[in-house]
Amino acid sequence: MHVPDGFLDAPTSVATGVVAAAAIAVSLRAARRELDDRAAPMAGLVATFVFAAQMINFPVGAGTSGHLMGGALAAVLVGPWTAVLCLSVVLLVQGLLMADGGITALGTNITLIGIVTVAVGWAVFALLRRVLPQRLSVVAPAAAAGAFLSVPVAALVFTGLFAVGGNAPVDLGAVAVTMLGWHTLIGIGEAVVTGLVVASVVATRPDLVHGARPLTAERELVTREVEVA
Amino acid sequence: MSTRTSGTRFFVVALLVSLLVAGVASYYASAHPDGLEHVAEQTGFIDSAEDSATADSPLADYQTSGIDDARLSGGVAGVIGVLVMLLLSTGLFWLIRRREPADSRD
Repeated sequence: MHVPDGFLDAPTSVATGVVAAAAIAVSLRAARRELDDRAAPMAGLVATFVFAAQMINFPVGAGTSGHLMGGALAAVLVGPWTAVLCLSVVLLVQGLLMADGGITALGTNITLIGIVTVAVGWAVFALLRRVLPQRLSVVAPAAAAGAFLSVPVAALVFTGLFAVGGNAPVDLGAVAVTMLGWHTLIGIGEAVVTGLVVASVVATRPDLVHGARPLTAERELVTREVEVA
Repeated sequence: MSTRTSGTRFFVVALLVSLLVAGVASYYASAHPDGLEHVAEQTGFIDSAEDSATADSPLADYQTSGIDDARLSGGVAGVIGVLVMLLLSTGLFWLIRRREPADSRD
């Protein structure tokens, strides 16, 4: 969903730039709580993996493709504040080095891919973690659900920005419907990739998964109880 | 779940996966327009897109300028991207990490 330069007018791009800068400033402070000596290299790795995974466009039909956005994935693995920073670095490198996503559109892309998908992905994940059984096996499915929903929501937010500051006079209803339709399909891919990656990390190093933390702390105790019984 | 993967091993495997995804698998990625591009074509605002200021960058569009072979050109761009990402993001997170031992509130 990388927005190129030109889709949105200057005032809208400035506004999303301010939103992005504010979110990064807040995240730089808040991420400190999520990052210790062990989590910091993990966060670097997650940002790097998201960059790589975003290069893999998968077909979703009718000559259209999509790729992982990674907001929900990063939020579950390293925490939401750190995830905003992960995605911001990804989008910065893509925009500056690879000409993927515009430069004046950088604030828009950080807002959509770095803030909206992280916020939605984490909110859905946290809600599901609260209502589902407190077991490690729910972490990956809950992450997948958050990932799925994060994509169409980001598509709707883009449509909202386009309604306010789109540079081309087109039918907004058609933009909303097609954006939502295609990105619901892409959301399925987002859910599959996120679920598989989170499940792999939970299976090998559950202690490195931010979204599994209360569970990994209790796990030793539970194991002991079972052994006694 | 019984045998724990060591930190170094986890790190090396994850980095290797990222390098393979960006350097090798990316060649087989779908070349179709993504969802937003497709919608822009369908609904008629694709022409408002402008070239990025970095469109002439040596790695623009994940191709390395000066390398003709498409597979190699894309692979080199992907590997460079992964290494830049690793340095930049790990450096950032190492700088802003919490220095005192983890407290039990989180």
